Amino acid sequence: MALPDVKQSATEARLATLHMPAAGCTGDAREAALARLREMGLPGRRDEYWKYTRPDTLISPEAPFAEVFHSDEPMVFDGFDRLKIVFVDGVFSPEQSDDLSLEGVTIDRLEDICCKDIHWAKQLYGVLEERGQSPVQRPLAALNTAYAQDGVAIHVTGKPSKPISLIYRHESETSDAILHHVIRVEAGAEVTILENGPAASRFNKCIEIDIADGGKLHHVRAQGRDHQRRAATHMFTRLGKESVYKSFTLTVNGVLTRNEQVVELTGDDAVAHVAGACVGDGDFHHDDTVFITHDAVNCESRQVFKKVLRNGATGVFQGKILVKEGAQKTDGYQISQSLLLDDDSQFLAKPELEIYADDVACSHGSTSGAIDETALFYLRSRGVPSKDATNMLTLAFLAEAVEEIEDDALAEDIVSRLEGWLARHS
Amino acid sequence: MLEIKNLHVKLEEEDKQILKGVDLTVEAGKVHAIMGPNGSGKSTLSYVLSGRDGYEVTEGSAKLDGRDLLEMEPEERAAAGVFLAFQYPVEIPGVGNMTFLRTAVNAQRKARGEEELSATDFLKLVREKAKALKIDAEMLKRPVNVGFSGGEKKRNEILQMAMLEPKMCILDETDSGLDVDAMKLVAEGVNALRDEGRGFLVITHYQRLLDHIKPDVVHIMADGRIVKTGGPELALEVENNGYADILAEVN
Repeated sequence: MALPDVKQSATEARLATLHMPAAGCTGDAREAALARLREMGLPGRRDEYWKYTRPDTLISPEAPFAEVFHSDEPMVFDGFDRLKIVFVDGVFSPEQSDDLSLEGVTIDRLEDICCKDIHWAKQLYGVLEERGQSPVQRPLAALNTAYAQDGVAIHVTGKPSKPISLIYRHESETSDAILHHVIRVEAGAEVTILENGPAASRFNKCIEIDIADGGKLHHVRAQGRDHQRRAATHMFTRLGKESVYKSFTLTVNGVLTRNEQVVELTGDDAVAHVAGACVGDGDFHHDDTVFITHDAVNCESRQVFKKVLRNGATGVFQGKILVKEGAQKTDGYQISQSLLLDDDSQFLAKPELEIYADDVACSHGSTSGAIDETALFYLRSRGVPSKDATNMLTLAFLAEAVEEIEDDALAEDIVSRLEGWLARHS
Repeated sequence: MLEIKNLHVKLEEEDKQILKGVDLTVEAGKVHAIMGPNGSGKSTLSYVLSGRDGYEVTEGSAKLDGRDLLEMEPEERAAAGVFLAFQYPVEIPGVGNMTFLRTAVNAQRKARGEEELSATDFLKLVREKAKALKIDAEMLKRPVNVGFSGGEKKRNEILQMAMLEPKMCILDETDSGLDVDAMKLVAEGVNALRDEGRGFLVITHYQRLLDHIKPDVVHIMADGRIVKTGGPELALEVENNGYADILAEVN
């Protein structure tokens, strides 16, 4: 079917500003992604999955201006021993990054693998993204595959002694960054991936993660405090037998964020948990769009998303569990909740279940509410000042999502970020 | 210590008058009990004194040591020494009982210009007080009142009271939902706090709690007023004859 004219011209206007890097082994994948993209066109307001989030500023030819935010406070994860890989406005910085060698893992820069004709990443680059285009189209991810400027390929073959930390710095007020990472976790291997920072004025990021049988990947991300930045991110994850994927995202500030998680459980007894906590004040729009496909027996998936919204902030949750025929003994859980701190803020939720197996346990719930006045009074009657009591209850509300982080020290660091936000915004 | 004069209160939402001129003075070191039939305004009185929203004072005053309670926020009243043991203690998922206690203790100390308790001192204190109330470490770790039995919730209220050492303790139907053993435990906790400087206002339907917490003065409340005041014998009279006789007598 031909694209509507408006969509086609918007897509071509955007593509005209982009330049496909020298191809190498990702060349075919990039060309194929571009063809996909041209067929579907960039997202528009009328698209089913863009009803609650305006894509305009994510697809405009130029990135909107975004002031760079500087803080003297220590950054999240600063206290952790980790292997740092730094990108400044979407470009790898060898000066700011650590030496990329670490036992149990091989890390290559995308630019370097592009010069090689044969590389393991060729089996992954654009592959999971393409699989994730059906049944729901994700044009910004196809654009990413086609035009990614930089990124890393992480091959985990053992159990590296420290987390791999992807750090994104934003230094230009009009930067438009497109990053694409691929991660392959081999059978029985295990890794923790950290991500933090605002990245750019506009950030389009895609990560493809392939976890082989018995592999484990923990992912903890904090999206940075730059208020005017915009971001559209995708994570495509495929899980083999008895593998584990756990991902948590903290979002504080950011005028527009759309985080998509596309997870495919393809091996029996696999476990996937995706969670997010976001806190927004004022001109803030945060969208979590999740699609989890159960295509094997006895797998478990959890989606736990919590949003605290005030002064007209908007939260969106679109979460789906698809249980394919034969995916018996599936245990699927989904909860999305918002705490609205005033009457001006809103939460839009679209939970979906689609089940084609008859022996499964799937549940979903979505709620929206204000601070519990009775609990607030109880705390105040014990002498806790109103502001502190409200903050305690807000943190308590977010706790279920934060508890999804397995590492206690990382969870504590995330909580301290939330406390900082609450102190600044109440 | 606590001085309530001609207190008139109505429900904000329903425009319904609940308290119609309550006069009551609780002296330091004394235990006053308020008894009365359902709907007489006992719980309203406890909420108004502790500062809960939803009530409008239309006339009268309530002072603690000469300070106007009605002008204060709930947390200021707490720091001034008011404590309400809730009839229905509130469950707060996500907030650890220990964190809650420590935050409350230190917030009050801070409000009074005192130094905050160190983590070690606090822990020592809470363990000692919890032990007396048969509250184990597990209960202290759990979220506030979540999954607690009725008796555990009430013991947790008394633990908070013991930690906060308020001047004026108001107990709202603390005996409701308790079996005899749990009630004894709670009563022991309360009795341990009785001293010269502290006043108690014990609200109850039944005389049986007053067997364990011996009151100095008993008030009968009906239709938003204190209609009769006497000694402990008044509670026995209620127990034996119900409220009907007393109400008939005062009307």
